[in-house]
Amino acid sequence: MTERLTDIGPPHYEKFLPPVVKENYGKWKYHEILKPGVMVHVSESGAKLFTVRMASPRLLATDTIRWIADLAEKYCGGYLRWTSRNNVEFLLTDESNIDPLIGEIKKNGFIIGGMGNSISNIVHTQGWVHCHSSATDASGIVKAVMDDLSQHFENMDLPGKLRIALACCLNMCGAVHCSDIAILGTHQRPPRIEHDTLDKFCEIPNVVSACPTAAIRPATVDGKPSVEVLEENCMYCGNCYTVCPSMPLNNAETDGISIWVGGKVSDARSIPKFSKLAIPFIPNNPPRWPEVVEAVHNIVDVWAKNAKKYERMGDWIERIGWPEFFRLTGIEFTKYHIDDFKHAGLSFKRTAQMRHLPEE
Amino acid sequence: MADEKATPLLDELEKGPYPSFVREIKLAAKNNKMAAGVLHQLEKSYRDKIGYWKHGGIVGVMGYGGGVIGRYSALPDDFPEVAHFHTLRVNQPAGWFYTADVLRKICDMWDKHGSGLTNMHGSTGDMVLLGTRTEELESVFGELTKMGFDLGGSGSDVRTPSCCVGPARCEWACFDTLKTCYEITQHYQDELHRPAFPYKYKFKFAGCANDCVAAIARSDMSFIGTWKDDIQQDDEEIKNYAKAGLDIQSDVVENCPGKCMTWDPDNMKLTIDNSYCLKCMHCINVLPKALRPGKQRGVTILLGAKAPIVEGALLSSVLIPFYDIDNEGLDDLFELVEDGIWDVWTENGKNRERVGEFIQRVGMGNFLESIGLEPDPHMISHPRDNPYIFFDQEDEEEEA
Repeated sequence: MTERLTDIGPPHYEKFLPPVVKENYGKWKYHEILKPGVMVHVSESGAKLFTVRMASPRLLATDTIRWIADLAEKYCGGYLRWTSRNNVEFLLTDESNIDPLIGEIKKNGFIIGGMGNSISNIVHTQGWVHCHSSATDASGIVKAVMDDLSQHFENMDLPGKLRIALACCLNMCGAVHCSDIAILGTHQRPPRIEHDTLDKFCEIPNVVSACPTAAIRPATVDGKPSVEVLEENCMYCGNCYTVCPSMPLNNAETDGISIWVGGKVSDARSIPKFSKLAIPFIPNNPPRWPEVVEAVHNIVDVWAKNAKKYERMGDWIERIGWPEFFRLTGIEFTKYHIDDFKHAGLSFKRTAQMRHLPEE
Repeated sequence: MADEKATPLLDELEKGPYPSFVREIKLAAKNNKMAAGVLHQLEKSYRDKIGYWKHGGIVGVMGYGGGVIGRYSALPDDFPEVAHFHTLRVNQPAGWFYTADVLRKICDMWDKHGSGLTNMHGSTGDMVLLGTRTEELESVFGELTKMGFDLGGSGSDVRTPSCCVGPARCEWACFDTLKTCYEITQHYQDELHRPAFPYKYKFKFAGCANDCVAAIARSDMSFIGTWKDDIQQDDEEIKNYAKAGLDIQSDVVENCPGKCMTWDPDNMKLTIDNSYCLKCMHCINVLPKALRPGKQRGVTILLGAKAPIVEGALLSSVLIPFYDIDNEGLDDLFELVEDGIWDVWTENGKNRERVGEFIQRVGMGNFLESIGLEPDPHMISHPRDNPYIFFDQEDEEEEA
């Protein structure tokens, strides 16, 4: 029997770097976007590396990965990479290979783009494909929203970059909380307590301490140790369910989506910021979630029409003010938009500086 | 009677211009029963508007406490093919570079031992092998390690570190993100595979403040490339941009958050007062041929970002304003992380308390003192604005 290897860590990245990268590692001088989805990096040595960026649905069958590998073999000497937003990047040294490669990609139903002032891929979570705590599906909404916005992936026709992310519950495996637009699976009801199994599956002190609002107390139900939930203190975060499978939140009738806007992670121009609530709730409507697609489309359209060049969603909203954002988008402002968790007061307006519309 | 194998709802998601995940599942389902099981269970989810996966159990490979996410169907009688559907997180190569050859080998292995479905990649950065049975886990692990791959993190451990493309293909990389990511990953193999923390600990490495890996939002310990000296400036190239029609005044100067630039249109001369530059990257982003980061490069290290669970979302905040990581190396950092941050946090942190939440609870001042770092005004956006100061009582007695 051969030795069982453990703790070897990932393979060294140098094994997978194309020769042009090895030769010019750390020596790149500048880059240019040649057309949507295609850019060139030029080294101090004069060497050029062309990148073709292809959208992917993130969920890939092995046969598709083989097809991608074949393209890399045919046009890129067998080298490629993925981006942090799940796009595929083909790395070419021969400029004449760019158009034939793009031709093959498009023929197989994939698209090119996601560079410059465009929308990049929607980073997202597992949803109903694989997750136990999801309040919605992930891949289906991403597909529907991107079908609607794909022209902004394939063309650099937006004022600035647009980063949309989706997490199927507020555990946020996708950490969507700093996105221009965040689509978030949202529960609206407290957990159901399965008293029969709770004592068997869960450690009650852990369950009690898991609750950020102290809404869970130990209780004896039908002679068995269990817990009770002060429902008026529950904000459906699901942290109890994560530590205790006997407290599921999923609810076909009341689960859905909330939409958040104006976050960013880059420091360019303005500092990173969280996304803020735009729409508190939209019910799940598979297979294509038309209300979510329409809501995102509207926000993107209003931003694209009104923002200045390079102005990200959040910078634009800060310039025009939130009242104007709600007026222009036609989104209703409700009590749910006003924070009532920790440090809530910091988000109240503590100045008389504001714009008034004479008509109102 | 409806055809049990029909998927009319999911079929709708094969239409439209964007690549379809349904097409992917169907492609895998041609030769793989597990993929077919996912397809049909997912169709039921679309019908009923709810997920059908059970809370994970504890499964894994021998000697590891992380890297495998246990998953079982809640409807194993209806969908026996996915009664088990465990996920393996495979630690990606730094920068997500691959060769066609290695991808094919992984695909062949995964067709043999799993669902034939993957995520390229998971949210933290791993290659995700989506769905297999408990009894296959050891075989998958054995074949992966034979190919030179290993599992990533899950649970309360070091999560798989990830980095941007860095100096491999980016002129803005202010440090070697791939090398740093690889070396830290290798150094923390034990902490990555055997959960022993209050909760997860993520590392991310971004070569500049554009932060293509969202380090500041998504990692407990965020490394962001920066520089200390002047922006490298090529005046001829600036003129070329202006001649080509770029409005330097409105597109560049007026977007500068440090307000440290002036544009003389008559002489086509951009003047930067580098002492007030905030290293935000905007001017460099707009004028990549003309402006480059300075030569005295390093990282800002920030601590504490996380998603909402448990006490609310946080962004990382400055811990070390500047560190010349490529020249000074990692040993001092390892010491700070292990004997400082982890020591204090694992000793005093509550169950499921991320380091950012821990700092909020005990106070940044106390935290700095306990890990042996001096307070620095770069760490704050402004000094405290409330007078509730916890003065150190021993000090007061000594002074009296």
